[in-house]
Amino acid sequence: MADTLLEIKNLKIGATAYPPGEPPQEITIVDGVSLTLEKGKVLGLIGESGAGKSTIGLSAMNYGRGGVRLTGGEVLLNGRDIRPLRGGKMRAIRGAEVTYVAQSAAAAFNPAKKLMEQITEAALAHGRCSKREAEERAVTLFHKLGLPEPETFGNRYPHQVSGGQLQRAMTALALCPEPDLVIFDEPTTALDVTTQIDVLAAIKDAIRDTGVAALYITHDLAVVAQVSDEIMVLRGGKTVEYGTCDQIINNPQEEYTQALVSVRSIEHEEKQPTPEPVLRVEGVTARYSGTRFDVLETINVDLHPGQTLAVVGESGSGKSTLARVITGLLPPREGSIIFAGRTLSPDMPSRSREDLRELQMIYQMADVAMNPRQTVGTIIGRPLEFYFGLKGKAKRQRIIELLDEIELGEGFIDRYPAELSGGQKQRVCIARALAADPKLIICDEVTSALDPLVADGILKLLLSLQKREDVAYLFITHDLATVRAIADSIAVMYKGRVVRYGTKSEVLSPPFDDYTDLLLSSVPEMKLGWLEEVIEHRRMESAGH
Amino acid sequence: MRVPFAAAVGLFFTALYFLAAIFAPLIAPYGMAEVVGGVWEPASAEHWLGTDNIGRDLLSRMIYGGRTTIFIAAAATVLSFTTGAVLGLLAAVLGGWADQALSRFVDLIMSIPTLIFALVVLSVMPVTLPVLVLVMGLLDSTRVYRLARAVAVDINVMDFVEAARLRGEGRGWIIFREILPNALSPLVAEMGLRFIFMVLFVSTLSFLGLGIQPPAADWGGIVKENKDGIIYGIPAALVPAIAIATLAISVNLVADWVLNRTTSLKGGRGG
Amino acid sequence: MGPIARLLAQRIALGLLLLFLVSILIFAGTQILPGDVAQSILGQSATPEALANLRAELGLNEPALSRYFDWLGGALTGDLGTALTSGQDIAGQLWTRMGNTLFLAFWAALVSVPLAIFLGLLAVRYRERWPDKLISAVTLASISVPEFLIGYVLMFFVGVQLGWAPSVSTIYDGMSLGAKLHAIALPVAVLTLVVLAHMMRMTRAAILNVMQSAYIETAELKGLSMFTIIRRHAFPNAIAPIVNVVMLNLAYLVVGVVVIEVVFTYPGMGQYLVDHVSKRDVPVVQACGLIFAAVYIGLNLVADIVSILSNPRLRHPK
Repeated sequence: MADTLLEIKNLKIGATAYPPGEPPQEITIVDGVSLTLEKGKVLGLIGESGAGKSTIGLSAMNYGRGGVRLTGGEVLLNGRDIRPLRGGKMRAIRGAEVTYVAQSAAAAFNPAKKLMEQITEAALAHGRCSKREAEERAVTLFHKLGLPEPETFGNRYPHQVSGGQLQRAMTALALCPEPDLVIFDEPTTALDVTTQIDVLAAIKDAIRDTGVAALYITHDLAVVAQVSDEIMVLRGGKTVEYGTCDQIINNPQEEYTQALVSVRSIEHEEKQPTPEPVLRVEGVTARYSGTRFDVLETINVDLHPGQTLAVVGESGSGKSTLARVITGLLPPREGSIIFAGRTLSPDMPSRSREDLRELQMIYQMADVAMNPRQTVGTIIGRPLEFYFGLKGKAKRQRIIELLDEIELGEGFIDRYPAELSGGQKQRVCIARALAADPKLIICDEVTSALDPLVADGILKLLLSLQKREDVAYLFITHDLATVRAIADSIAVMYKGRVVRYGTKSEVLSPPFDDYTDLLLSSVPEMKLGWLEEVIEHRRMESAGH
Repeated sequence: MRVPFAAAVGLFFTALYFLAAIFAPLIAPYGMAEVVGGVWEPASAEHWLGTDNIGRDLLSRMIYGGRTTIFIAAAATVLSFTTGAVLGLLAAVLGGWADQALSRFVDLIMSIPTLIFALVVLSVMPVTLPVLVLVMGLLDSTRVYRLARAVAVDINVMDFVEAARLRGEGRGWIIFREILPNALSPLVAEMGLRFIFMVLFVSTLSFLGLGIQPPAADWGGIVKENKDGIIYGIPAALVPAIAIATLAISVNLVADWVLNRTTSLKGGRGG
Repeated sequence: MGPIARLLAQRIALGLLLLFLVSILIFAGTQILPGDVAQSILGQSATPEALANLRAELGLNEPALSRYFDWLGGALTGDLGTALTSGQDIAGQLWTRMGNTLFLAFWAALVSVPLAIFLGLLAVRYRERWPDKLISAVTLASISVPEFLIGYVLMFFVGVQLGWAPSVSTIYDGMSLGAKLHAIALPVAVLTLVVLAHMMRMTRAAILNVMQSAYIETAELKGLSMFTIIRRHAFPNAIAPIVNVVMLNLAYLVVGVVVIEVVFTYPGMGQYLVDHVSKRDVPVVQACGLIFAAVYIGLNLVADIVSILSNPRLRHPK
């Protein structure tokens, strides 16, 4: 085949692990993966963390992070095996034939050098063009990628531009040497959803216009469906399914792929408001001490017993601050929190034990939310002992009941947090909150650190517990798909204000305000051509105005 | 439990020195201040390490000297450690002005080199054993304070501590059940380092003539007594100096091993 | 005023404030502590009359505050008072001795700094291989060894047994530079050994920290050679941490000098200080203490200033 650019045959990648107190062990990260990429095409690599997708991507540059080594198979680039190459021959490929876009552009740019110098560096180092040509190319790319003031953009330092702009600058860096292949490693994962869509569209246009081939690595199937011609699904270093984008999305064969496609399609019938809310946030305004602006401005929301209020917003919207105000960690400047009919004292230390018990919290990072020196039994048992004075057998009995409720079972009682998986840790945190028999649980981004399938399991558990225990959730998240799955009512937050609030059906039906519209339309959907539709739609709207 | 070679060597020498210090009167062949031979006699069957600058048995003097060195270093370490750790943990948990005042004061003390500060203070204080321990222990507690505070501040902002606060737990539970168990292993490792520093500190002071006063002596003092021999090719001064170094290295090896073990235990069982 | 100028001004003001507070601390340490200076000088057998006379002579009957300002005012104008034991002007004595100490510290720094940075780079280059492991073993040993042991070992073997360099470092005015350097060869060697391992290890850590940054990976994936990566990407970001390491170790060197001068009976400020501590000559101790602390604070200040100046976020504000 004349137009085959990259062919990977039976690739094996290994590394040496150093478990503490034990002799080093050889581990396999990627096991027998084969793929073919034609010129100008885009292959999406998708999988959960630890699936080996980044490692495979970097193998196309014959590069292993840390102690990672390519131990077997062939990596044919333009027809020759690059795996045995070393030294200058290897460097001749990197940054010339193949380039790389990292997940965190903020860290991937040298803070001490101007952007232009860094973007043109590879092209110049490989003698692919003159300095003038390289800079012209860079400016053209800045135009194409929609960067502000493209003529002078390159004179800035990395810390002088925003995260979304830096990610686009990283794409310019990768495209400037006019490579045959670009590896995109989760280029939009660190961005807010409304920024992600612009960067995604910019990347897609740039790929199309330059005719470059790409490996697009991500954990988000909906994202990869927008940019790829083909998709490979990976799990534990092995190929699960490999096919065209259309086939993977619309006709997945393997069970695992089917689960990924249907993720977050949980059906949840919304409940109607009751006359007596369990939590009422009234005119709350708050700021952090030592700052001069309010992070929350006159917030008014209600949460009804046994229901879920989702608070949605991007980073910096103030949604986590709202949780701190409700729990009393940050007393508000104005307004009050009314909980179960009584007004809570604004600061936590002066609240009664009963108030504290009825209002529990679950955190985003389950690993740091549990004391690593305590067993699961101690962690869940402490609220039982502290609030209800349970001891000995009665306490143990209740702990086992709670472990059953979170679908872990008695066997976990003596384990330490370090011995649990991410999903199990979050379940233990849920059990600890339930142990207090609360009326309200604040869930702060509880699924965003988890892989999609694990997150799904947690959401299902939370819903079934709500049915059984009649507990209300204040669910803080940036992820609208999660909101659709579990909310009864929704508050959309933007820059410290609630811009839209109501029942789920009200909030998610038109007519929308500008921000909610932007937010809703930016969430990638699991269908082909979604990106074009949205961009086209926005273009028409802005032309109409 | 497998003990690595380096740690075993460290354990052996540490134990040897400590046992010699404890049982000094039983082991030492001669009295500490007893003149038993000529000046700087070479090693012989009667005097395994020879004799010192005025004809005392060097081995006996080394054994008693080690006792003094180890005792002072240990006492100063305990003082430095308890003061520093208690204040550091308190500063981290209390926060606010108490933390500010303590931390700025410690910054001030630490802006003067410890040895220089000690010399300034010892120029007016009588050089006695309690004064030495007090000066060394208090000056050094600033380092323990910084470490303890830093470790506790890191732990204090973790979600599990916030969770305990939100539960309504008191300050005692937060310090002793949530923070302390997690702060222990860096602090224990630091204790080994502090002990070594104290051994070097008291030796240096004695060597400069400002520590233990004759006829009593610690290892640093014995170096001072015999240093003039070096020029005549008599290595007696090197013996205590080497003892200081081997003690310090041994404790270091043990501390390293303890730290590795406890960190690998982190959150797990059995190790 | 730009943010850099403001930060620098703040930092320098803080340094001066610290120095002022340190002067109070040193003064208080020698004047307010329970020990009685007159008693210390004359000993336990002194008659009450002699004590009273000495107290009056030392001005000990005046309030501490006014004595402090007299002392500070003198120190600021270069008058450090007279030594109790010899009756000589301290400033005049200190001047030569400080010159000698700086001479010794200068040569030790000149040898140890480039050597430590070179070896630190070597350790990074051969990370986890034998040169690196050797360096970490040597570091472990060197933090456990008292300075005077290194001093006497070198003196015994190199000075006495081999006779390559003098065991006692006497220098005086009118010696040629070559003769002076020969005289201080051993103390310079000891000081170098004392700070070398520390500086090496800290340099290694500073460079490794930079080399593990994502932007170094970016540079590697651009296909640049190791040399170019270090020159263009690692070095500009490693300057500040390395300067910091060097300054910290120079500060450490200043303290090491005290002991080493005693070992080699070198006529520097350290020995002057130690002598007068045993003689309980408080004005001399105060003066030396203040100068040592000032040098220490000054070196830390330089480290901070360099890291402010080399921070791109401050140099090129948004």
